[in-house]
Amino acid sequence: MASRPRTLYEKIWDGHLVERREDGTCLIYIDRHLVHEVTSPQAFEALRISGRKVRRPELTLAVPDHNLPTTARLDEKGHRIPIADPQSAQQLAALESNAPEFGIRYFGATDIHQGIVHVVGPELGFSLPGATIVCGDSHTSCHGGIGALAFGIGTSEVEHVLASQTLLLTQSKTMEVRVEGELSPGVTPKDLILHIIGTIGTAGGTGHVIEYRGKVFEEMSIEGRLTVCNMSIEGGARAGLIAPDEKTFAYLKGREYAPKGEDWDRAVAYWKTLKTDEGASFDKSVVIDASTVEPTVTWGTSPEDTVSIGGKVPAPESFADPSKQKAAQASLDYMGLQPGQNMSDIEVQNVFIGSCTNSRIEDLRAAAAVLKGRSKAPGVKWAIVVPGSGLVKQQAEEEGLDKVFIEAGLEWREPGCSACLGMNPDKVPPEERCASTSNRNFVGRQGPGARTHLVSPAMAAAAAVTGKLTDVRDLS
Amino acid sequence: MDPVREVEGRAYPFGLKNVDTDIIIPAHWLKTISREGLGEGAFEALRKDENNVFDRPEFAGAPIIVAGDNFGCGSSREHAAWALLDMGVKAVIAPSFSDIFSGNAFKNGILTVALPQAAIDRLMEVAETDPISIDLENQTVTTPFQDRFTFEIDPFRKHCLMEGLDEVGLTLERDSAIAGYEARQTGEMPWYAKGTALSA
Repeated sequence: MASRPRTLYEKIWDGHLVERREDGTCLIYIDRHLVHEVTSPQAFEALRISGRKVRRPELTLAVPDHNLPTTARLDEKGHRIPIADPQSAQQLAALESNAPEFGIRYFGATDIHQGIVHVVGPELGFSLPGATIVCGDSHTSCHGGIGALAFGIGTSEVEHVLASQTLLLTQSKTMEVRVEGELSPGVTPKDLILHIIGTIGTAGGTGHVIEYRGKVFEEMSIEGRLTVCNMSIEGGARAGLIAPDEKTFAYLKGREYAPKGEDWDRAVAYWKTLKTDEGASFDKSVVIDASTVEPTVTWGTSPEDTVSIGGKVPAPESFADPSKQKAAQASLDYMGLQPGQNMSDIEVQNVFIGSCTNSRIEDLRAAAAVLKGRSKAPGVKWAIVVPGSGLVKQQAEEEGLDKVFIEAGLEWREPGCSACLGMNPDKVPPEERCASTSNRNFVGRQGPGARTHLVSPAMAAAAAVTGKLTDVRDLS
Repeated sequence: MDPVREVEGRAYPFGLKNVDTDIIIPAHWLKTISREGLGEGAFEALRKDENNVFDRPEFAGAPIIVAGDNFGCGSSREHAAWALLDMGVKAVIAPSFSDIFSGNAFKNGILTVALPQAAIDRLMEVAETDPISIDLENQTVTTPFQDRFTFEIDPFRKHCLMEGLDEVGLTLERDSAIAGYEARQTGEMPWYAKGTALSA
């Protein structure tokens, strides 16, 4: 029987259907679950109260990242340095005891495998193409970069997955973001995804799963694809996907939890079928011309507030929608900017290179390539580089990248979410600006009153050198 | 979970678009290991403005928020739903909601009612002076001025809310179907079944 042409999303969805209820709600099997300290304590507590167990402990991996300070974790004698904030310490201690209590593999603060959940999953081969992957964190969309259907969930759903290894879901609509042509030299995956969000808006993908298609993504490295898919949620889509290919297989082969031997061969044969069929249709389609994408930065307090580095701060009245005009004015007030200012004249006092969006080895190499032989500008008071995991940190140190950063006057930290969100000691002071490789420029996101400009790792490095937002292509 | 059938009372005329979960509850409030007490941190940054709608005395304890498009976008933190519950909010009416937030709200018995912008504009006006009524069974929002708006809701969610059902308990009753899926997967695609049990 010839089957209807299906999109990649529909194939993964159909493959995980346990059963469909009469009302259309589907019970979907979850292959991989990542757990961190912030969104899990209430879920474990609920299991304890109801006397429920974790159904498949080997399909869950726990690692602290959000709260964990990124300063040294061991003292000179090799003892753990206690965490100063009592609430953070309590939340981290809860994960450290919940994981073994429920039989879940846990990588603690001083383990080489510790890192940001969305860096750890792919680099250990725990995240696999064609898998359903969830985590109590909206940037779980990241794992779509290796061809997994991955999305963020709330704590009640964390509990549901722990107890049943399933979720009750309704099928999403499909959205294609097709990028045609090639990116110009010096334009990175981060610039592209910022440009895409600027085009579709923060609600552009609501109710949809995005599939990114086109030669640009085929030629993009796996780490670049993870960066793109990571920010799908900033476009409103709970998940973003890129079809797995030879690059994906080469990236995963031999990693700790990736399949081995005969399993590997069978898995690859299956993964090769995971692409959208010719003739399959999407509910929504957006086409982007890659040649129009420039190094991109944000000016406001929503990730859709993007402009190319050569552009200017927009005037609120330039937007057609009255509520967007109001929001733009509020953004400019918060950001301390005037319409018409050149983006490249905006001075920054802080630089953050890190987060689940941009803390992998390629990101650090891109930043180091700009910083090599240069120094941080005097106006930049605080500049930190936070590797995404212990393994990334180790690799960067083997390549001498840490020395490049330190010689340029930046701090080299321990892995964690750091200044991406204001819940650990790494914060941007009120009314100061930060060129940040993270994913959200919301009001107060990097600390109360902090002003965030989202950029790529190379652009963050360029800002560190000049003390203002800068087109990295101008630094020769 | 307690059944939810009707929500009636004053509504905060909030109206803001793209309210992200960092606005609803900033990250420094997420260090708790409990679901309680987050109301104190709800809308913290906005509440620094002394004219903010959430601290106007006539709205104290209001069970409804009327908001703009794309409410609850951003992070997956269920703390946003817990914070609303803790401040006494049982329903949010807006033109649209982020997918993750509406799921979190539902799981905590908070109704998310999607209505067109024109209806929101009218409810913003009514909310300034009068109460609003939401009837889940009949899927209507009404005002004392004979306004009547109908809304759509997923039938499964409606059923769970009206009966106060525990979703985890419901799913665990499907154990044989889940076990059947697992047996098939272990046979056909064993690489997904191994997880952290596999180590190099």
